[in-house]
This record gives sequence, structure tokens and C-alpha cells, in this order.
Amino acid sequence: MAINTPNKQTSHLKREILVRLIRAYLGENFEEDVRLIPYKMRPQGSEVPYRCCIHKERAILRDRVIASLGFDIEEAEDSELLSNLAKKALDRKEPEQHPLTLLQTACNECVPARIHVTDLCQGCVARPCESACRFGAIKVENGKSRIDHSKCKNCGLCAQVCPYQAITKIIVPCENACPVGAIAKDENGITHIDNEKCISCGKCVTACPFGAVHKKSQVLDILKNIKTGKKVIAMLAPSIMGQLPCTPKQLKQAILKLGFADVVEVAIGADITSANESAEFKERVIEGGAPFMTTSCCAAYNELVEKHIPEIKQYRSTTGTPAYYTAELMKKNNPDALTVFFSPCVAKRREAMQNPNIDFVISFEELGAWFVALNVQVAECEESEYEVESSAQARYYAVTGGVAQAVNAMLDEKDQAKPHIINGLDKTAIKDLKKFAKNGSCELGNLIEVMACPGGCLGGSNTINSYRQAVKQLTEYVNSSKDVKEVVKD
Amino acid sequence: MAKVNVKVCLGTTCFVMGSSNLQELLELVPRKYGDQVEVAGSPCLGLCSIDWEFSKAPYVKVDDEVIKEATVEKVLAAIDSKLGK
Repeated sequence: MAINTPNKQTSHLKREILVRLIRAYLGENFEEDVRLIPYKMRPQGSEVPYRCCIHKERAILRDRVIASLGFDIEEAEDSELLSNLAKKALDRKEPEQHPLTLLQTACNECVPARIHVTDLCQGCVARPCESACRFGAIKVENGKSRIDHSKCKNCGLCAQVCPYQAITKIIVPCENACPVGAIAKDENGITHIDNEKCISCGKCVTACPFGAVHKKSQVLDILKNIKTGKKVIAMLAPSIMGQLPCTPKQLKQAILKLGFADVVEVAIGADITSANESAEFKERVIEGGAPFMTTSCCAAYNELVEKHIPEIKQYRSTTGTPAYYTAELMKKNNPDALTVFFSPCVAKRREAMQNPNIDFVISFEELGAWFVALNVQVAECEESEYEVESSAQARYYAVTGGVAQAVNAMLDEKDQAKPHIINGLDKTAIKDLKKFAKNGSCELGNLIEVMACPGGCLGGSNTINSYRQAVKQLTEYVNSSKDVKEVVKD
Repeated sequence: MAKVNVKVCLGTTCFVMGSSNLQELLELVPRKYGDQVEVAGSPCLGLCSIDWEFSKAPYVKVDDEVIKEATVEKVLAAIDSKLGK
């Protein structure tokens, strides 16, 4: 399965908007400067790189700014000025519930998914397409196969049997990438996200070649709280180490420069997760005879369980996520502070909404844009120590297999788990999970680690660094860290 | 013959705007051109702060030529033309 590397061109656009938005906020004329973002990006007489004309380019950029302001693009009135929305963003008390929004003006350009006969059709004598079709939807007329779309069920059998490979399945990339059927075109060709089904895994964000799926940013909410003097604590997901061209200690200093009061690693929570999850595994599987247990730290997996596989809940660990324990500690020690989770993925935004201890979520992309806006050179920052030390295993949670390794590191030789790793949630993986739950057994292992993104959190859709480089950088950090047995004492 | 010198800017702005994806050049270029070309990652080249041209990042320098919105393909094409290919 391919790593969810964000598309270069669409990320460039999204990041440029974020930089301009943050600069506007830190400048003198926030509302007016926000209104001007599309015009600054496509000034009079400039080239039109992507759309039919400069007006459409600007209109689409305007919609992208709306998402960066943290609002739903679909709900915003076309006639409303960006300056007005900018003002509303500052007045908002809480971020929006669902993290994704769609830029439907871009969606219209996608052809709805269907089976299509290309010009390569030879109108052959054998006509296997006709005999393969169980719905009588394909017939040879005037020497070429024709599909009756009122009968066609898009099963694709005709495409499989065509000896010329002349029949193709046209896909809509977001629909194709979504593992739970939550994003689809309606009869008018307009795409919608069904929030009842969506697990916020972010695969559509990466898949759309137009960059039409946006996160609703909370970056303004964070900026605003810092500006008004609130104590805001940065909680860094383990996957952030290796995302930027600097050391973890320089990164802490760089984030302090943005105005955060303190910076902690979520790996400190991961050490608690490892301790609790290994104890739970021993109790339930080794001593209690349960057939298997699944991990519980991936937010997209947790939403999948709630919305689509409730029957597997009894097998899922009840241990909290690393973010859960870290946020709990932070709020206990600093009741007046606000907490921000620094996230590689969209799904953690949903987890944060459901956890009163996590106030906001910022993605690595948004953090990067913030550095660009303030011209912070991370590689030139001083090093700043993390006050609480985390283990090598906790810091390795970000890579597929890391959680299972950490659990095993805490277990005695005789109690070792046999891990089965689900490296990326796609339709096949979901089918497997349903089967394990239904049968109450999993022949492949007794500890199922589920990572929604292939490669683990480092493969998340909001990451900056390329996967291989990120693994290299993170591994260096992990190798310089202490073993979990030295860090976690009973 | 003088070597072609390639500098991939790994300053924060370039990195965030896309040079993270150009790091593969550091392995690809020596493999492809041997010792005809010298390639290295570089701390901020200062190109992003001229007139606030961060939007044209990432930058790569091939000898004295500055490549804006650099991609692996653009850089390889520039190297080829320097080598007279």
C-alpha cells in the first residue's frame, strides 16, 4: 500500500494560503489583508496556472481561505466577503465539530465513476463483454461495444474479460480512496462527505488531485489565545520528530518562539499507554484467555470501531491514547492552561473534540506555515531540553509496528504478544477486522496493531517530510533515547 | 571540466514549501552523474526573503542559476543543460 504522501502542488497552495493568513493575523489590517489573499496570489495580469481564467482561480483560492479560517466551505455564502468571515473567525468560541470540508467548485470537474468503453474496442466476434455482463448492460452496436448506463452496476466484469483491455473503469479518486464509503457524488455530480460514516482518516485529502478536500484549520483560534496572553501548551506527537530540518531540542526552542508557554512530547503519554496496554494484554489475553486484543491509539481506527465495527469493541484495548494521558497530565498540573496537540493527521481533530483536556489541534503543515510566516529558521535555534524524558519505544510509536514493540518491551519473556500489524486501513483491512470480530479469533496474532495510515503516523496526511527521510531522522532520535524499562518504573 | 555544483536549500521555508521532497536528489544525482556533479543540502540560501518570495520556494541553485518552485525534474533538466546534454 502506498504511503499517503501529500501531493506537492496542492500542498504548496494550501501552505501558501496558511502563511499569508498567519502573516495577516500578525499584521495591522487582518480583515482587509485576508480579503486580499486571492488577489495577492493571482495579481492583475498574472499567469493562470490551473483554471479557465483568473476569476475562477481567485474564487477557488477564496474558498480555500475559508477552510483555513476554520469554516465550512459549503456553508459559507458566496456573497460574503472574506474580511467578514475573518472577523467571524476571531469571534468564534469553539472550532467546528467535523474536521473536513469540500471545495465543490473543484469537484464539478471530476467525471462520475463509471465503466467506459474506449476507442480501442475492436467490436470482436467473441464479444466476451456481452456474455460476461449479468445485467444485459453491454451490447455491440455499429461495430463497437456500448454500455447502457441505466442497467450497468459498475461491477467491472466486462473490463476484466476484454481481450484488448479496451474497457476501463473511470474512478473518482476520493471515492476510490475512502475505505468506508463516506464520500460520494450525488445525482447532480456534486461530492458530499457523509459525517455519519466518515472516520476522518484523511485519505481523500491526499487522494484528490485538485486538493478539494480541506481541513478546517484551528490555527487562528490558537494564535488568538496566545495573543490574548493565555498560557498555551504545545503537545508534540512522536511523529513530529523528523518532520523539520532540525533536532528535536531545536524544535522545542522554535515552538517556544511562536509564543507557546511550554512544549512537551506526547511520548510521555505513550510511555503510560505502553505500561497500561501491556498490563491489559497480560490480564485479558495471557491470563483471561481472550483470543486477541487490538490497540487503541489510532484515532481513525477508534472512529472506525464506533461507526462501522462496533462488534470489535469488546476486543479493543481500553487503554487511553498517548495524547489522552499527556493532555490529562498537562491539565492536572496547569488547570488554567490551554493544550494544543501537534498532529500528523486529520483524525486526531475528532479525538480532541471528544476530549475536554485537548483544546486545539494543529497539523505539522500548519506549524510549518507558521514558521515560514515568522521567518523562524529552525536549524539556527538554540537547543532546549524536554523536562520529562521519554523512552525510545514511546518515541517510536510513530512508525508502524512501534506500538506492538513497546507493549512487548514491557512484557516478560513468557507473556510476549504475537503481533499482527494492520499497516493502513483500506477496504480489505476492514473486511479482515470484521472477520476477526465475527469469528472471535485471529489466526495471525493475538495483538492486532491498527494504523490507519500506511507506514504509521509518519505517513499521515498532514506531514511535511518525505517518509523515508522522516523515518531516518526519527530513528536517530529513537536510538539516542533510553529503553522503556529505564524510563517507566512500576 | 569544472564540476556542476547543485545546492538544495533546506532552510525552513524551502523545506516546508517542498524541498523535503527534493532530498532524494542527494542520492539520485551522484548515482546518475557520478563525479561530474556535486550535490549537497544547504542551510537557508536567503532567496526566500528577497521581496517575500516565499511562495516561489523551494529554491535550488545549479551553479549560479536559481531554480524557483524547484522539482526533481526541473533540477535534472538544468543539470543536463549545464553538461551540454
